Amino acid sequence: MFHRAFLLLTAALPGTVGAQSADQVRSVQNIFAPVGAPAELIHQTAVLVLLICLGIFLVVGGLLFYAVVRYRRRSSDDDLTEPPQVYGSTAIELAWTVPPILIVVVLALATARTVGEIQNPKFNGDPLQVRIVGHRFWWEVHYPKHNIVTANEIHVPVSYLSAQRPVELTLASADVVHGFWVPELSGKEWVVPDRENKWWIQPTSLGIYLGNCTVICGLQHANMLIRVVVEAPEDFDTWVKQQQRPPNSDASTEEGRKAFGTNSCGSCHTIDGTTSNGIFGPNLTHFMSRQTLGSGVAPNDDANLKSWLRDPQVLKPGCLMPDMKLDPQQLDQIMAYLKTLN
Amino acid sequence: MANGTTIIDPGTELLPARPGQERGTPTGWIQDLVYTVDHKKLGMLYVGTGLFFFVVAGIMALLIRAQLAFPNGRVTSPGEFNALITVHGTVMIFWVAMPMVFGMINYLVPLMIGARDMAFPRLNAFSFWLTFFSGFFLLFSFIAGPGVYGHSGAPDAGWFAIAPLTSPAFSKGPSIDYWSLSVLITGIGSVTGGINIMVTIICLRTKGMTLHRMPLFVWLALVTMFLVVVFIPPLSAAQIMLTLGRYLGAKFFDAEAGGSAILWQHFFWIFGHPEVYILVLPAFGVISEVVPVFSRKPIFGYPMMVAATILIGFISAGVWAHHMFTVGLNSFGVTFFAMATLAISVPTGIKIFNWLATMYGGKIRLELPMIFCIAFLFQFLIAGLTGIMLGVAPFDWQLNDSYFVIAHFHYVIVGGILYGIFAFFYYWYPKAFGRMLDKKLGLWHFWLFTIGFHLTFDPQHFAGFLGMPRRIYTYQPGRGWELWNLISTVGAFFQAAGVIFFVINLLWSAWKGKIAGDDPWDAWTLEWATTSPPADYNFETLPEVRSRRPLWDLKHPEDPDWKFE
Amino acid sequence: MSSQSLSTTEMEWQLPSPRVVGMILVILTETALFTIFVVAYLFYIGKSVSGPYPHEVLHFPWLGSILLFGSSGTIVAAENHLKKGSMGGFHLWWFITFAAGVGFMFWTINEWIHLIYHEGLTISTNLFGSTFYSLVGLHASHVLVGAILLGLILIMSLTGRIQHRHHQHIEMISWYWHFVDCVWAVVITVVYIISANS
Repeated sequence: MFHRAFLLLTAALPGTVGAQSADQVRSVQNIFAPVGAPAELIHQTAVLVLLICLGIFLVVGGLLFYAVVRYRRRSSDDDLTEPPQVYGSTAIELAWTVPPILIVVVLALATARTVGEIQNPKFNGDPLQVRIVGHRFWWEVHYPKHNIVTANEIHVPVSYLSAQRPVELTLASADVVHGFWVPELSGKEWVVPDRENKWWIQPTSLGIYLGNCTVICGLQHANMLIRVVVEAPEDFDTWVKQQQRPPNSDASTEEGRKAFGTNSCGSCHTIDGTTSNGIFGPNLTHFMSRQTLGSGVAPNDDANLKSWLRDPQVLKPGCLMPDMKLDPQQLDQIMAYLKTLN
Repeated sequence: MANGTTIIDPGTELLPARPGQERGTPTGWIQDLVYTVDHKKLGMLYVGTGLFFFVVAGIMALLIRAQLAFPNGRVTSPGEFNALITVHGTVMIFWVAMPMVFGMINYLVPLMIGARDMAFPRLNAFSFWLTFFSGFFLLFSFIAGPGVYGHSGAPDAGWFAIAPLTSPAFSKGPSIDYWSLSVLITGIGSVTGGINIMVTIICLRTKGMTLHRMPLFVWLALVTMFLVVVFIPPLSAAQIMLTLGRYLGAKFFDAEAGGSAILWQHFFWIFGHPEVYILVLPAFGVISEVVPVFSRKPIFGYPMMVAATILIGFISAGVWAHHMFTVGLNSFGVTFFAMATLAISVPTGIKIFNWLATMYGGKIRLELPMIFCIAFLFQFLIAGLTGIMLGVAPFDWQLNDSYFVIAHFHYVIVGGILYGIFAFFYYWYPKAFGRMLDKKLGLWHFWLFTIGFHLTFDPQHFAGFLGMPRRIYTYQPGRGWELWNLISTVGAFFQAAGVIFFVINLLWSAWKGKIAGDDPWDAWTLEWATTSPPADYNFETLPEVRSRRPLWDLKHPEDPDWKFE
Repeated sequence: MSSQSLSTTEMEWQLPSPRVVGMILVILTETALFTIFVVAYLFYIGKSVSGPYPHEVLHFPWLGSILLFGSSGTIVAAENHLKKGSMGGFHLWWFITFAAGVGFMFWTINEWIHLIYHEGLTISTNLFGSTFYSLVGLHASHVLVGAILLGLILIMSLTGRIQHRHHQHIEMISWYWHFVDCVWAVVITVVYIISANS
């Protein structure tokens, strides 16, 4: 009921309700509108806890309110007499210790069960393996079994009851601690440089789910956004094939490709099949297949791409790509080249 | 006995001297404060320091809220924002809340136990000045020199300085060192102060005041200072390791050398969790003194209150990793810390019941100290409940590092602890200054601040539910966060207005407040058995202590406590 | 219940001595500080990515331990002389304690010179270096403070400022010194026994 009231509250905001289409961007992420396990497992426990806390609030808050109203000194009171001086009562104290202990036991059991279900899941079939490496300030995404390397956008097939497609995420960091959170799909988990954390999602609804880095990692922590694209199985397969294709090499953009190389873009970025093999920045082989640039800071359109190439610090001040000081001709050539990288 | 500068005959003083007035000149007044080792003056210096830094960090909060009021805000740059949130949090904890705690305890404890001063008065002064100067050292970082990214040299990695963001590779320049060193120095001040207070309570109680007859405020001070003495060193140790890493290349948190970022978290939170109990227990102490006096009944269940406090102190040592549910602990670790966290809610909740039972059957006087206590009870209840939500680890996996957590801890620290501190002011200001705080100004303070508090922090719970993470300098439109952030910012200005009324009240009442007399509230503990303000030596004579309420026994010889306790 | 209703003039009012409680708390807080460095040391055993490793470079600290543990014995002897009022004996044994403390410092310096210049182990070499120097260094700094305290007491005593009636003050200094010894016992166990054999 809280969940429905909540959805009503937030329904006025765009992007919230009823994302059935794979193109619908769910920019408002509501933890009370979970999509698939493990978010749904958390949601069940959360509702239980909320109801218990609401009950405690009403009872204790009510007692407080009652005490203030009922035992307030009236002006008619004889100020010289004090009320009966009660020091305590062991019986009453025992009585009010037991219910909290019982509540705590219930919550502890619910917690233990849900923790086990989420941290030690038993998947039906082989999960899709996705390896996510957090960088300052973008997400490197690998599909090791499919030989795909991309950035910031994670595509997964939707799960049906009859055909569950769990996705196992391996989280690692290339530099500092980050956090991975897409609220409607799962709780969050840290992305740490000295260990790999395993997490998972199993979304049951089509849509594009937005998430954020949750651990301060520097100047552009706020714009280290995540996009999880949940699509129909056929569409996912299409995407996989597209990502596995070698990049387009169009003769018309030959100058752009050369300019990309001579301006040392390739010392940070990789484009398969070229000499550019840097790993400090995102893999650009299929750059145009992504909806945003700068890990979500702006849509991937001409105006933004031009601005980014002219000076990334304008769209994302403090990001680690410096102003490359391209002259207008180089900029146009590189832009034309990048736009062929589907 | 009478080795102060003047001898004040009890009952004859109509216009109480303001502290430091004896010397007569402004420079004399400053000298008095700089050289003093008197616990009352040091207590007021601590409290005054806390108030000053409260205003400074509060202005930072206003800037933060201004930046977040609208999406794609342009009030601050990303670097300035990160520095503001870091310094706001660090200052509020270490130079506002801690000095307030030490100030309240310093002022009240010797008076409440019938002592002349603290056990080690010169050490007391030393502790204060360490805290005082280290705070300015931290603030100095804002102007100390250009940071590497064009903003100031202030620390910007968050108040708990997550490694390895704080390593030299990712935090160039000395900004993080301003954080480590200032907190290290104030930590030494806190530990020495903690030892001083514990020795005072254990060794300097007046005749007849057994541990079972101490005011609850003193019990809470004792447990608090135990936590200080044991749990501040882990923070100091971690900061020493961090500084060794930053300057001598030590590998403690260096992942490439095999170091662990998680180890920093463990060390920090072993300090960090008991720290919040260090801050809240003295507030509980204030509530435990004010509620009985204004309900006209003794505290309900004194022995259980003491037991609950000690239990809270012990369990607080074992819950720290509830701040780390999302770092990648295994199921056993997560479940253990969740259970310990839920367990600590039992003695804490019980205290609320005891306070309520004290009010039951009483004749509640709705004076300002009590008004703030009632607000405390309501807000601390909510804070505790959101804490239970966070203690249930799976729920925490959604709520952690989001605005829900920010809402929760501000509910505890502002809605709870700060209201306890306000109650402390309204209740004991008459004792320290000999004059009452003005009631009208006080009500303006209360209502403006409370409205502002709720406007600011209630919506942040919802922003957290909708996925807004912490420490982001801005957000894009369409995330569902705009409305909540805007309301939150409006509330901040209401709070500022409330604080302005409060400060005006403090200053105006020192000269124009109604004369208080020894015992304006008809209370029962020893501090009310001397003049307002007390003489340098505190007590000319001490009443006999045969129960928890020595003044009740004096005022009600036909019905003394010691017959029934 | 009945004792509480007695007037307290009939009860003896005896509270612990502030300097005793104070020193206990100092020891408690220092223990908390050392614990974190010990935990870091234990946690990182075997995790250094490169050498030198403990078993390669550590030798059991016989001389340092004899000096330090021995000094705990000599300080007790000094205290006994003070309690008896025998100032000459007090001076002698106190001086020996002080000398042993200073000797321990020199032994430490010697060990570190060997480790740094001959074994190539510094605080920045690897995790072992970082945890070793921080833990052992923290302990050594406490020995240094203790030695300074011992030296000050020695000077004060030789100039006649310390009398039999100060025996409790001296006892508190000796408690600090015993504490430093106990920490050394922990350091030996953790560093020279456990990590050198793993």
